[in-house]
Amino acid sequence: MRVALFATCLIDALFPDAGKATVNILERLGQRVEFPLEQTCCGQMHTNSGYFEPTLVERYVHTFEPYDAIVAPSASCVGAIRHQHAMIARHAQDEALATRAQQTANKTYELSQFLTDVLHTDDVGAYFPHRVTYHPTCHSLRMLKLGDRPLRLLNNVRGIELIDLPRSDECCGFGGTFSIKNPDVSAAMLADKMESVIESGAEVLCAGDRSCLMHIGGGLERIRAGIRTLHLAEILASTDGET
Amino acid sequence: MTSGDVIWTDDPPFAQNAKQAVENSQLRRNVRNATATIRQRRAGLVAETPDWQELRHAGAAIKDDVLHHLDTYLSQFEQNATANGAHVHWANDATEANQLVANLIKQGGQTEVIKVKSMATQEIGLVEALARQQITAHETDLAELIIQLSHDKPSHIVVPALHRNRAEIRRIFLDHMPDAPTDLTDDPHALAEAARLHLRRLFLKTKTAISGANFAIAETGGLLVAESEGNGRMCLTLPETLISVVGIEKLIPTFKDLEVFLQLLPRSSTGERMNPYNSIWTGVTRHDGPRNVHVILLDNGRTNALKDTVGRQALRCIRCAACLNVCPVYERTGGHAYGSTYPGPIGAILTPLLVGVEHAPQLPFASSLCGACYEVCPVEIDIPTVLVKLRHDAVKAKSHKSGDAAFAMAASAMSGRRRWTAALRSARLMRLIRHTAPPPISRWTRTRDLPDPPAEPFREWWRKR
Repeated sequence: MRVALFATCLIDALFPDAGKATVNILERLGQRVEFPLEQTCCGQMHTNSGYFEPTLVERYVHTFEPYDAIVAPSASCVGAIRHQHAMIARHAQDEALATRAQQTANKTYELSQFLTDVLHTDDVGAYFPHRVTYHPTCHSLRMLKLGDRPLRLLNNVRGIELIDLPRSDECCGFGGTFSIKNPDVSAAMLADKMESVIESGAEVLCAGDRSCLMHIGGGLERIRAGIRTLHLAEILASTDGET
Repeated sequence: MTSGDVIWTDDPPFAQNAKQAVENSQLRRNVRNATATIRQRRAGLVAETPDWQELRHAGAAIKDDVLHHLDTYLSQFEQNATANGAHVHWANDATEANQLVANLIKQGGQTEVIKVKSMATQEIGLVEALARQQITAHETDLAELIIQLSHDKPSHIVVPALHRNRAEIRRIFLDHMPDAPTDLTDDPHALAEAARLHLRRLFLKTKTAISGANFAIAETGGLLVAESEGNGRMCLTLPETLISVVGIEKLIPTFKDLEVFLQLLPRSSTGERMNPYNSIWTGVTRHDGPRNVHVILLDNGRTNALKDTVGRQALRCIRCAACLNVCPVYERTGGHAYGSTYPGPIGAILTPLLVGVEHAPQLPFASSLCGACYEVCPVEIDIPTVLVKLRHDAVKAKSHKSGDAAFAMAASAMSGRRRWTAALRSARLMRLIRHTAPPPISRWTRTRDLPDPPAEPFREWWRKR
């Protein structure tokens, strides 16, 4: 199986640790991972802001269609690939691209999806002795319907103390450019999410999307809450003596 | 057509309205408490309905069938309603519909009418239009009465006065309802009793009523109104003349289809297994109910919406407002911020579809695309997908120059490996703007810190490996 990593533009640019962690987990499980350097962005931010960019779809498809499986540490980007790429190609009246886009999308997996559904494991041999709460991001919950996959993986992490996040299914208020276009509503949603996180008593907030974590983490930092945010991959990559 | 009635305002736009709403802590508390209550009741009832997903599929399928064969079902409805003694009229837009209603009232020699709660008549601004022709229309739904007395606007499709608490309602009654008892308390029973006495006088003396309809049954020519208070039934049975304004998408093919919708609607709207009152009337019944029955079939932008192959699913909507009750944006802003008859997620798509996205370009952006609305919609309207499509239309219709440039720049940077690598190197410049943050970045940094840019992007690390 030829496995490619789609790091996502956000992780490539700003949060390389989540990308490194993903590579680390996959290699530990015996996968040889490739990172095609031609990759850039899935185009979600454009699409959801009203700018449909078939060239970004084309780039994604062209870069990744030779692989058997593509793994991305983001539910939101995988959601965009699976649910929007073919639509954008079709909107540009490129049926051929739409077909290829859907085929490529079908073998694109969010990290927890790939681990549980393709590699059939929910124990990746991690060790992380901290109090953690998990926020299921909207796109992992309602678009990809990941269900308890991330929690199964976290539950098998040695030493972890996993705490429920109150009102966990509520949106954090990020929403891509929503956070800039409607900053006050976004901030109000963020305030409530931070309250839940603090109420949980966790030292680490974990999620499968670095974008939502950038928003919640940015808020937690602003109020000096003393709560770290870590991508799911970063916790699953941790082993004895590494944290 | 004009957009003036469906939309009250696009200026100030949603983001500014929302800012004020978010700062109003009393409003946020009222909306949060009310939506949380209905949300929990709905969730409980859905959990006990094992075939809920099948019911949703059925609801969507029936409505899609209606939308695909709207011409056939409309003629069938007209034929059957007429055969049963109703007069069927057609209105292209709000102006036509309002004039039809006014003429019918005047023909009966009346200057006062009573009203059943109806979204269609809100949409066309009927009460205001009648007032301009010296006709007083009294709202009889308790919440609509509160809104009307206080010269307010509804903020929710099912619970229009949801933004008010009982202390505020007591104040409104004392200030604006002449027959309210002076010792009125804010006990819900006392408030309801005061309204009951006030309304009973109107029911007994008024000869003409106006309603909408939840469903129009093509097979029989009948109309159905679902409600909780019985005030609607008073309006539907006591007066001599009944005028119903019905959107053309309210059709269902057969009486039997109610089996599906009367399970979906009450669970989704008020969190009940059944509406306390379901009134169905089919034309005129001898010696029972109104003798003059009129039905006005209203387009008002629906045909336009039908042309939109992605957006047309919004016409399946049965106005249950379940999407409002789960929406995290609505919960923080309430309904007024949307500035349109239809607020919340469904309003963010339905309003632009009805009036043209160029008249409501802000509304499709009033969502974080969290998808909670789609999950609860009883007729499976994929609201996030329609929102994204309408955002695209809005961008095309109204050239947001700054946005165009920014996204074109980003797309260009992402168009190739070399450009992207160069862009990533410049990401380090973020350090410079972290503390000076010019707009629009300041909208981020007002409440959140920016991330510390990494020493090197992921691909640099990969290459060195």
